Amino acid sequence: MTLLEWLTDPANWTGPGGIPVQIAYQLFYTFLSLAIASVIAIPLGIFIGFTGKGEAIVAGSANALRALPTLGLLILLFLVLAPWIAGQLVFVVPTIIVLVLLAIPPILTGTYTGIQSADEAAVDAARGMGYTRTQILWRVQMPCALPLLISGLRGSTLQVVSTATVAAYVGLQGLGRYIIDGRAQADFAQMAGGALLVALLALALELLFSILGRVLVSPGLRRTTRRRRPQPTDTATAALTTLTAAR
Amino acid sequence: MRKLTLTVLSAASVIAALALSGCATGDQALSGGDAGGSPGEEIVIGSADFSESQLIATIYSLALQDAGVEVREQFNIGSREVYIAALQDGSIDLIPEYSGALLKHFDPESKASTSEDVVDELSDALPEGIEMYDISEAQDKDILAVTEDTATQYDLETISDLEPVASELILGGPAEWVTRVNGVVGLRDVYGLEFKEFVSLDAGGPLTMTALLNGQIQVADVFSTDPALTANNLVALEDDKSLFAAENIVPVIASAKSSDTVQETLDAVSAALTTDALIEMNGKAAEGTSLGEIAREWLDSAGL
Repeated sequence: MTLLEWLTDPANWTGPGGIPVQIAYQLFYTFLSLAIASVIAIPLGIFIGFTGKGEAIVAGSANALRALPTLGLLILLFLVLAPWIAGQLVFVVPTIIVLVLLAIPPILTGTYTGIQSADEAAVDAARGMGYTRTQILWRVQMPCALPLLISGLRGSTLQVVSTATVAAYVGLQGLGRYIIDGRAQADFAQMAGGALLVALLALALELLFSILGRVLVSPGLRRTTRRRRPQPTDTATAALTTLTAAR
Repeated sequence: MRKLTLTVLSAASVIAALALSGCATGDQALSGGDAGGSPGEEIVIGSADFSESQLIATIYSLALQDAGVEVREQFNIGSREVYIAALQDGSIDLIPEYSGALLKHFDPESKASTSEDVVDELSDALPEGIEMYDISEAQDKDILAVTEDTATQYDLETISDLEPVASELILGGPAEWVTRVNGVVGLRDVYGLEFKEFVSLDAGGPLTMTALLNGQIQVADVFSTDPALTANNLVALEDDKSLFAAENIVPVIASAKSSDTVQETLDAVSAALTTDALIEMNGKAAEGTSLGEIAREWLDSAGL
């Protein structure tokens, strides 16, 4: 059986082990992990970006998290947690934990660097207009941080949606089922089909995020507009720029 | 807009690449040299993806090296479905096998269950280019194990006893069991067992054992040579309809790489190997002793 035959076989698209069901499982693991990671990483990132405290420690440990081998950690967690968690949850909990650990660093980094790199001029202007520090955070720094936050979320999503295939290693469902079963059963069309579906799902989510970025981010902050901005539009601005540079 | 075009373009290229490579996979499992042996003089030894298979492969490897044969180790390949294909296309030359399971691989209809019957049928069933040496008396069968509590609760002694309660129980085993005759398929066809669920874990490894002991699965595929069986008072259900045939350890080799030296060396290993020795060595492996050390120690004690 070839890859195309596997993908177009109606039998693979129906039933409890069918492609739509496995995609739903894959998305369920992905979004559950992303939601938990966001609840942890976004407030923490705001705190670090706002106060400047703990950046070295948190950023350092978040980066160390990236180096953890997901599959090894998954098996270790399963073996350690099995006596403490009853029923089928024992397969789900370690999987979600490793995916959350994978998702945290990009979101955290995106949030605090976003807040820190908010345009100084905008912050100064807000302060001049009498904004309090909290108002500056929510009305100026957060909107300015949004592009980086979203790109952090996007990075996490891509990593998590493709890594969620490890769920199948501990008996769970998801697109990893095709990859692991295909290998064990020497059904390489199934294996390649699973890998292809994961890639397509990642690309679909990527598309979703670029649309999301367009809808959520203020037009003034979009990278494309910003890239065009440095060109002075009239002689007055040009003169001003030259003056500032000369001083 | 540019980003969108880029995404669509990259999607298209991924599909194209995968479709091309997928079409080529067809029937051939792994590409390599011609059927019947890798090129060159050295013997490539493979193993399955569980510790006992790697242990026996290590023993073969050390024994052959001691006999002056040039070897290369290519362990931890995967399931039988994968490594037999690798043996047939010459990616590997030698692998330790289990007679009954190998027979079922080539002849799913086979009813042979004793060591002698299995060997007789197996030597006929082996495809051209592959041969087997003498079997060892050492055996390691797949067994269905339950905890003592489960056995008492449902009054289980044989696999047949599972029939009325299977729909309440979860079975755990390796992913290849889903499609195997001596796995989920045979349990359904021969014993009429429909479990509540099958959970894909590992081949008699730590995941399966942990899940069984902690009750996440109630019935597990484990190996009869696993010392954890007695250590945890597990009950091995009797295979009263002989689904799982005799599983003597046997070296299977590409004919092109077979020679008198190799045969004499491996026959001597098979003659010395016993089931008890396997259980003992598996115990040491589970404690973390390196396979090379265990294999060397056994070879020394067996005088090989």
